[in-house]
Amino acid sequence: MIQAIVFFPLIGALVAGLLGRLIGHKVSEYITTGLLIAAALLSWVVFAGYWFAPEGAGHAEAVKVEVMRWIQSGDLDLRWILRVDTLTAVMLVVVTTVSSLVHVYSIGYMADDPHRARFFSYLSLFTFAMLMLVTADNFLQMYFGWEGVGLASYLLIGFWYNRPSANAAAIKAFVVNRVGDFGFALGIFALFMMVGAVDFDTIFAQAPAMTGKTINFFGWQADALTLICLLLFMGAMGKSAQFLLHTWLPDAMEGPTPVSALIHAATMVTAGVFMVARLSPLFELAPNAQTFVMFIGATTALFAATIGLVQNDIKRIVAYSTCSQLGYMFVAMGAGAYSVGMFHLFTHAFFKALLFLGSGAVIHAMHHEQDIRNMGGLKDRIPFTYAMMLVGTLALTGFPLTAGYFSKDAIIEAAFVAKSPMAIYAFTCTVVAALLTSFYSWRLIFKTFHGEPHDRKHWKEAHEAPMVMLVPLVFLAIGSVAAGYPFKDVFAGNGVAGFFRDSLTFAKGNTVLEDLHHVPLIVALSPTIMMAIGFVIAWHFYIRRPDIPVELARQHDGLYRFLLNKWYFDELYDFIFVRPAKWLGRALWKGGDGWLIDGFGPDGISARVLDVTRNVVRLQTGYLYHYAFAMLIGAAAFITYFMFAVR
Amino acid sequence: MSINWPILSVVTFLPLLGALLIALMARGNSPVARGTARWVALWATLITFAVSLIMVWRFDATSAEFQFVEKLPWLGVANYHMGVDGISLPFVILTTALMPLCILASWTSIQTRVKEYMIAFLVLETLMIGTFSALDLVLFYLFFEGGLIPMFLIIGVWGGPRRVYASFKFFLYTLAGSVLMLLAIMAMYWQAGTTDIVELLRYGFPPGLQTWAWLAFFASFAVKMPMWPVHTWLPDAHVEAPTAGSVILAAILLKMGGYGFLRFSLPMFPLASQDFAPLVFALSVVAIIYTSLVALMQEDVKKLIAYSSVAHMGFVTMGIFAANTQGVAGGIFQMISHGIVSGALFLCVGVVYDRMHTREIAAYGGLVNRMPVYAFIFMVFTMANVGLPGTSGFVGEFLALIGAFKANVVVGSLATLGVILSAGYALWLYRKMVFGALRPSMAGIRDIGWREGVIFAPLVALTILFGVWPKPVLDMSSASVANLLDNYNRAIGVTKTAVTAAPPSGTGRAVP
Repeated sequence: MIQAIVFFPLIGALVAGLLGRLIGHKVSEYITTGLLIAAALLSWVVFAGYWFAPEGAGHAEAVKVEVMRWIQSGDLDLRWILRVDTLTAVMLVVVTTVSSLVHVYSIGYMADDPHRARFFSYLSLFTFAMLMLVTADNFLQMYFGWEGVGLASYLLIGFWYNRPSANAAAIKAFVVNRVGDFGFALGIFALFMMVGAVDFDTIFAQAPAMTGKTINFFGWQADALTLICLLLFMGAMGKSAQFLLHTWLPDAMEGPTPVSALIHAATMVTAGVFMVARLSPLFELAPNAQTFVMFIGATTALFAATIGLVQNDIKRIVAYSTCSQLGYMFVAMGAGAYSVGMFHLFTHAFFKALLFLGSGAVIHAMHHEQDIRNMGGLKDRIPFTYAMMLVGTLALTGFPLTAGYFSKDAIIEAAFVAKSPMAIYAFTCTVVAALLTSFYSWRLIFKTFHGEPHDRKHWKEAHEAPMVMLVPLVFLAIGSVAAGYPFKDVFAGNGVAGFFRDSLTFAKGNTVLEDLHHVPLIVALSPTIMMAIGFVIAWHFYIRRPDIPVELARQHDGLYRFLLNKWYFDELYDFIFVRPAKWLGRALWKGGDGWLIDGFGPDGISARVLDVTRNVVRLQTGYLYHYAFAMLIGAAAFITYFMFAVR
Repeated sequence: MSINWPILSVVTFLPLLGALLIALMARGNSPVARGTARWVALWATLITFAVSLIMVWRFDATSAEFQFVEKLPWLGVANYHMGVDGISLPFVILTTALMPLCILASWTSIQTRVKEYMIAFLVLETLMIGTFSALDLVLFYLFFEGGLIPMFLIIGVWGGPRRVYASFKFFLYTLAGSVLMLLAIMAMYWQAGTTDIVELLRYGFPPGLQTWAWLAFFASFAVKMPMWPVHTWLPDAHVEAPTAGSVILAAILLKMGGYGFLRFSLPMFPLASQDFAPLVFALSVVAIIYTSLVALMQEDVKKLIAYSSVAHMGFVTMGIFAANTQGVAGGIFQMISHGIVSGALFLCVGVVYDRMHTREIAAYGGLVNRMPVYAFIFMVFTMANVGLPGTSGFVGEFLALIGAFKANVVVGSLATLGVILSAGYALWLYRKMVFGALRPSMAGIRDIGWREGVIFAPLVALTILFGVWPKPVLDMSSASVANLLDNYNRAIGVTKTAVTAAPPSGTGRAVP
């Protein structure tokens, strides 16, 4: 069954990609979408097997299906193996469900595009790579999926290849991800050096034996496990757009909106979170690395939220919100509450995909207008989309009883009780970020759907999206509400051990999952209070007194610009990485190769030789024969030498 | 291995026979003569390839011994001694497999002196196969150096406007290297009394000679590879060479250097190899970072790919001198993969060069609008060049890196920076040429035709096949690699024990 789940999308991608022009767009769409729906249904069957399994019963061991051999060299033995355990099963349903809904939605959204077959091929290819990632049984197969989703992301961001901005964003995404992958690769190399294997089971079994060992890394006697975890986490930072490696995600919004929903919100960007959960046996033994994870997560949660406050592009607001929510997940990972982080990953997939697809419906209605300053009053024109966006916003801000409420509360509580030097920092950041999240989410809703329309013409023409786009919204809206409470117990309650079994490891002293149920009332209520405050401020600013935000921006111009320009990270990186690299490349080319090596090497010599021989020989005759002559002299000398030597 | 006819000689000299046929059959420069030359060349290379496949079929991969051995007395001291093992056979097959594609790629783009062109290629093929299968130093030297002459002609006669400069540079570099190698070969004969490679492999040279011979061989192989800082002939040679010339240069001639390291430097001079490994590591890392940065700024397509070749060869030398299983196997695999991928990339350039007659990156743009199939093919090879998992480029790079990391953490880490830079230059090139709005000057450009499709199809298939299933190549060489490293480690171990056993006042290993 797992083979079907993983390879159906690949088949779809190949059919649509290679035969797309032969079988036509419609058929390509139906084949890819149909195969994905089948994969999604099968995934739910797999998931149900874990969900309903009675406590302690069934297989504690992961199910493994070997597909074929991959790389064998000496003691390195790598095979393509599909591994299924609870952690994988959770990811399977998330990936295939959102992906199939996005496929369906895209049939409507991309209806006018002349390259639809290619689009669906890429979507399915992405899904395949993502499934390879989550079913990986060794680090290298994970790396395969990891880079595979990167490729699909690159292709989809740059899908509209005639737009220079889309091409630039695509390259940026790939290269920034490669920076993270650089760390990931080094982590794999270090593991192989220490353990002599790169498959999960061997490494997890050997992990305790690695404690206390060190690696000399550029003169730094680093604790082996800490170093390895940090290097691997660098990959996660790149893929999940965490602080310092986040710059590609907002730009990635250049891709078609369904892509943003699938790849840059619900699935690919959560791969980093999944990776840390998968590697819980390592991270549990490296507390310093966990502290770092928590620090980065908390910083991202707050940092991205501050930028989200002032953005005007509807997709970029949601993108920064994604960045921020991923930070929440990493806070949970850093706290050692892996299942809680997975819980947020699970719920977030639904409501964030809903928000993106909803935004897509808005953009569709507004004829590809994305600036919320040009919208307003849309709730009368597209009430259904409005309702769907409301559901998504409620879930995102953590309105009681929605899915986001349960998972986000659990994270904030976990941050509070975590035995980490970063606990208080993370708690503060996440609580403040909750307020900011609520503010910018409602700002988006108010500016888009309420108030006076700013663009009358587009407003008048605005219309609901076709049925094929609205139905996926309904499914996601159901998920945004229903993915919370029924799953609370198995992700953040007493059912964790029975549900996740051996797929997550909790060290002996790790009681965070137990402790988070015993927090002070004010802590438990803090996210809800923050959400309410954020809502009130947004309502005050954008409904009651719309002049206040304008005035505020004017008074704090510096701060406003700082946020609007995303803390000037792009400019900073351009200055410290891109330009020096280009300058160095040119300097090495012209100065190193041209002046130094050639000047003192062949050109210098040839200039001297040419002086002598200039008018005597031409190349085809002269130098060639020189060469042949030199070689013949060599051979002759050699043979002569033998004659004497033999004698 | 019950082949009772000299299959290796047949494979080696069949192309030469084809060249003779062309010389006899095609007279003048009439269209008929040109057609004859092309067809004879194509059939000669195809048959050679088919025969070489028999070798793959009959090859015993579990043995590290030389197979299909032929030995005839010749020249009194030197013998005509041929044979292949798991290290050389992959290169022989790479050569025979790429040659028909090169002939096809030159089908229409070469219109002047077709007969001579085809003869040059066929002679080149014989010499290249000979280089990889010679088991006698004299024979190896003749094949190795002789191979440069046809290449020299191909650049010098059918090359671009600056071919004089390019071939002269090529000449200067390789001459310096080959003279030194010749001296080393003489010294080795003087020491061991034989030029037979199989015997030399068992001989065990004294440390002093090892140092000097290693350096002399290194001079020749480093130029061929090419390693930094003796790489500057390569971009110029590539730029001026015709498409098929570039393909052979990148795919096979460069591999002679790596093959030389594996056949001579590592097994014959293990102590020197160990002593000089830091030097090789340093040059490799510099090559990877330096040339990748230079590639970022190139304005000429072929130059960009040439610089990227230098960077990729850096992974090879680093892996080989890491002297562990993954490193060496990775080096071999990387060479085979690079042979396929860089060859294909040069073919990709050739396709648009044939249509537009410019190599300037800035002259292209938006090719995908008119050439979707081409865009797909180019994407596959770009990704393989970047080392995306699932393509053959990844397997070699990964193995070489993991081997290097094991040998030296700093070297492995710095070299891994190459994965970021390669993504930078390769995607930038792809974006500039393929994406974007179509340039008006290219409004009429045609997509890949049938002949071109036939050339690319096997290359695409192999790139992906070896990416997910690299077993054929890895298994073919694994026994030989294991044997090579066993001997290497034994040689080093023996000396180490000797040093520890020597009295404290003794210098142990004498370094002249």
